[in-house]
Amino acid sequence: MKTYVVKRLLLMVPMLFGISLVMFLIMHLAPGDPASIRYGLNPEVSDTAREAFSEMYGLDRPVLEQYFMWLRRFVTMDFGRSLVDDRPVIAKVMAHLPATLLLQISSILVIFFVALPIGIISAIKRDSLFDKASTVFVFIGYAMPTFWLAILLVFFFSFKLGWLPVSGMRPWYAQYLDTGGQVLDLLRHLALPLIATSFGGLAALSRYARSSMVEVMKENYVLTARAKGLSEKRVMLVHVLGNALLPVVTILGLTLPVLISGSFIFETIFAWPGMGRLGYEAIMHYDYPVVMGVGVIATLLTLLGIFLSDIAYVMIDPRIRFESRK
Amino acid sequence: MRTVRKKTPGKKFRFSGSVRYKNRGPLPILRVVALSFVFLSHPAVAVGEEPEIIPRDAYVSAGIGDARVLIPFLADDVTSSSICNLVYNGLTKVDKDLNVVPDLAESWEISEDGLEIVFRLRKDVYWHDGEPFTADDVKFTYDLILDPVTACPYVSSYSQIKTVEVVDQSTVRFVYSEPYAPAILKLGMGIVPKHLFRDVEDLRRSVYARKPVGTGPYKFVEWKTGEYMVLEANEDYFLHTPRIKRYVYRIIPDQSVQFLELVTGGIDSMELNPYQFLYRSETPEFRERVKKYRYLSRSYTFVGYNLNDPILGDKRVRQALSYAINEKDLIDSVMLGQAEPISGPFIKGSAYYNPLARAYDHDILKAAMLLREAGWADVDGSGVLSKDGRPLHIVIATNQGSQVREDVATVIQSHWAKLGVSSEIQVIAWSAFLNQFIDKRNFQAVILGWTIPTDPDIFAVWHSSSAVTGGLNFVSFSNEEVDALIERGRREFCPEERKEIYQKAHALIAEEAPYTFLFSPYSLPAVSRRVKGIVPAPAGIGYNLIEWYVPEEEIRYRF
Amino acid sequence: MNMRLIFGIAIVVFMGVSALLAPVIATHDPLEVDLSAEARLQPPSMKHFFGTDNLGRDVYSRMVYGARVSLSVGFIAVAISLLIGLTLGGISGYYGGWVDGVIMRMVEIMYCFPTFFLIMMVITFLGPSIVNVMIVIGLTSWAGLCRLVRAEFLTLRERDFVFSARVQGVSHSRIIFRHILPNAMAPVYVSATLSVGGAILVESALSFLGLGVQIPAPSWGNILTSGKGYMDYAWWLTLYPGLAILITVLSFNLIGEGLRDILDPKMSRAR
Repeated sequence: MKTYVVKRLLLMVPMLFGISLVMFLIMHLAPGDPASIRYGLNPEVSDTAREAFSEMYGLDRPVLEQYFMWLRRFVTMDFGRSLVDDRPVIAKVMAHLPATLLLQISSILVIFFVALPIGIISAIKRDSLFDKASTVFVFIGYAMPTFWLAILLVFFFSFKLGWLPVSGMRPWYAQYLDTGGQVLDLLRHLALPLIATSFGGLAALSRYARSSMVEVMKENYVLTARAKGLSEKRVMLVHVLGNALLPVVTILGLTLPVLISGSFIFETIFAWPGMGRLGYEAIMHYDYPVVMGVGVIATLLTLLGIFLSDIAYVMIDPRIRFESRK
Repeated sequence: MRTVRKKTPGKKFRFSGSVRYKNRGPLPILRVVALSFVFLSHPAVAVGEEPEIIPRDAYVSAGIGDARVLIPFLADDVTSSSICNLVYNGLTKVDKDLNVVPDLAESWEISEDGLEIVFRLRKDVYWHDGEPFTADDVKFTYDLILDPVTACPYVSSYSQIKTVEVVDQSTVRFVYSEPYAPAILKLGMGIVPKHLFRDVEDLRRSVYARKPVGTGPYKFVEWKTGEYMVLEANEDYFLHTPRIKRYVYRIIPDQSVQFLELVTGGIDSMELNPYQFLYRSETPEFRERVKKYRYLSRSYTFVGYNLNDPILGDKRVRQALSYAINEKDLIDSVMLGQAEPISGPFIKGSAYYNPLARAYDHDILKAAMLLREAGWADVDGSGVLSKDGRPLHIVIATNQGSQVREDVATVIQSHWAKLGVSSEIQVIAWSAFLNQFIDKRNFQAVILGWTIPTDPDIFAVWHSSSAVTGGLNFVSFSNEEVDALIERGRREFCPEERKEIYQKAHALIAEEAPYTFLFSPYSLPAVSRRVKGIVPAPAGIGYNLIEWYVPEEEIRYRF
Repeated sequence: MNMRLIFGIAIVVFMGVSALLAPVIATHDPLEVDLSAEARLQPPSMKHFFGTDNLGRDVYSRMVYGARVSLSVGFIAVAISLLIGLTLGGISGYYGGWVDGVIMRMVEIMYCFPTFFLIMMVITFLGPSIVNVMIVIGLTSWAGLCRLVRAEFLTLRERDFVFSARVQGVSHSRIIFRHILPNAMAPVYVSATLSVGGAILVESALSFLGLGVQIPAPSWGNILTSGKGYMDYAWWLTLYPGLAILITVLSFNLIGEGLRDILDPKMSRAR
């Protein structure tokens, strides 16, 4: 187990390296220069200011040299400073990370605890009305342009009905509320982004849970258990559920990249102060150091998520031998 | 999960107003309407007569972008500058009628030759940390601005300063190397505290870039990057304590989201777009709750032509294209009428704007004649004009992220098509747009906008020496007469003389048609009606923020 | 008969024909601007089936032309990813060994990439255009296909017909492309069909963020974006494009599912 964990962790290094190189190259092959974004066409800004700016950030050196400079600093978790506001990238990313984690972790929980029962019930009561309804939901969930869903949600729940706040996560007045008020306020702000973020994953996972259950229910040991005269409840809980959960857990790990991809859109729509919005804005500002920082941290999160779901998989199923896994 | 109810508000802080009502019943909007009726009839309290001001409530404004750096002479974006204006003061400021008036200075004198300016300073000013403000701070600030290490983006406005001398603790003398007419206005730059900044190595990275300490009406409290900034009334402000206790700036990147926030009470003010101004805000609910304002903004949108382009280098072609654009049509459709047509680079209606300059009112016949004169004809009957076998095809470029400019491009394309000019639109990300098109002069026509500075000096955009790489005269406009006028205007203090100079420059520029000056949009701010004391003026509405107040019954945030 | 398949194909064919015949069935010029007050933001009517937008353009006609964008991005992006996925997956599964190792590492990298972020980066930095959108989506979506093809190859290469071909001295490339590939295609068809839907979703999201097709050319995503600000007043600007995306993607998914049932009833649970 230990060697497996270490090996998995070590494998992340070349992957991070590859991903960061690709991102770095894309950014630096692009036309456009951050000094223009910084100063734009401000009639008051002088040329010397522009040049000083380029020099300060090493923008005048060759691309590969810049990459190695970046890599050397990255090893010490130094991502440089934002071209926009001169703050250390790592500080910016860390300031935005909690919001993203809050949204992602709660949507993983929602996906897991809502999708699983849906999948299980549909599998047990196959071809029931519930099963049919959930199938329709699944198909819509797969095909839904979720950014569209997001603006519809805001329109109805915030604008038309006035039930939920339009945007943001932690309003400026939150610090003046008592603890209970703060929690409620946070929940109110979380509701819509959470629905939008988990919608697609919900469909995917309930579908997986259902087919995984159906598959397991056909297995011999389930038939044997039934034949032994065990109660249906016991068969389901002990024999089916345990085995059906396994593939679901891996899939949960794989929804992570999808969730993180979605965060770039949803956080922009809901003005959620997370990494997705930070990344989107950094791209729009050609803020190279921040784009790299967000990209690398997002990748790291994804790798970590997949790693954790693999570990969970191993823990749930002690029969797995590590060598046999690819 | 229906509605999450808020429990009785905590002791420290409570809400009133729509946020609370919103959560109570199924008809939130009606309740708000009823309430507002009551308050509307409440007589406004006379401003400035209370002996002692107790600041209360909060005013929540919103904008699209976050601030970058809260040091006045490094702030180069709208948000940073507007926050700096609340926290810092300059020697001078611009009043509601756009006149330059004293701020930290009590008065000033300019020597006969225009080379020396002596400021007498107020003696009742204190920094937010309690230290007194003195002439040393002024010298320190301008020395910093002029220090190349600071890389102050505005340094070109101060480069004529030779020395700054402290005469005594409340007197400062500026010595200029040559007369510079905009000097008094430009010396309105925020003054920073010497006793704190003195030990700072790198200003941009210092704690003060994100936690400013000034002399202004509001003290800085908190900045949550990408979310909001909170300022608090400075009870020792030298004019008087602002009547609103907290000033909050919320960052909401999407204008339609801002609008939803305004309607639901999450923010008290925003800048509306014409569509929101005309239609969405016309519902009774909105009108009861929010008051709209409208004044001409100090900016304009234009089509700029590359004068080095073989087609557009011909003045007749540029004039024809200008005549072909139906500005009224454009303003009515894209801006829904919320803009004024203009003919030159000055504030319309100001002394420097020349009402007689050539305006290129829509005239398709004149346009066609000019093109024929320039040798363009529809020889093959394709509907597209050509000359020497080359079709009259123009690429219109603009930057990404501005719906208005994209719409303008689309409309202009259709106007030009009527003239037999084919065109295509390219929308490019801002940085690449500047880099690949503007800086390299690699464009034909661009749609852009300029803000119009308070001082009419147009050196940076229209003088031929600004037509260098990176310079702002990217259309490469070069006219000896205009150059001479610009140079004279900078040295001339007499308002009458300047008026004549710039009106002449305006007429000359308009005649050459290096731009088609399209329109100057209206600024359309909307502010919640609970905020009283707003008096619109040529300078807009924000100039008397410290006089704004919320009557007792409409207070929303109690601290 | 498989109802899902029929339903899906019917809609996709309908959309495809609409796109192809756009000049014929569009009632207006999609770019024609009409700035009169009576023409702007008009609700759906017999003259304008889906109403008009803020510049008085006919939304129905714009959507018909927008279908061209969505469908062509969907198909071409998937074609690119098929090309890469089939080649790399085939090589990886056939040769095994270190080649396989390298390719599988690449696949893992692709899986862990914050793909949408990468796409946004490329489009912003290299310029938004329909061609760039197709290429980038194609280049970032081949990993799943590659894995699928590899798995098929791993089983097929042990089969007798491959062995006999090898014994006869048939070249490797011929074995890969002529002998094994045709037998490995069943799951590929399914996966590729589903990917078309996915690519359409990504394109619309990019257009929504202003990173897709250039104005004034219409695409479903950019009609939706420009309509977003007019939502309570001109609902048709957000409703129809959203529905069009939903229905089109849905039908590709239905086709994929239907194909899966037909081609291999047993594998109906694999991806």
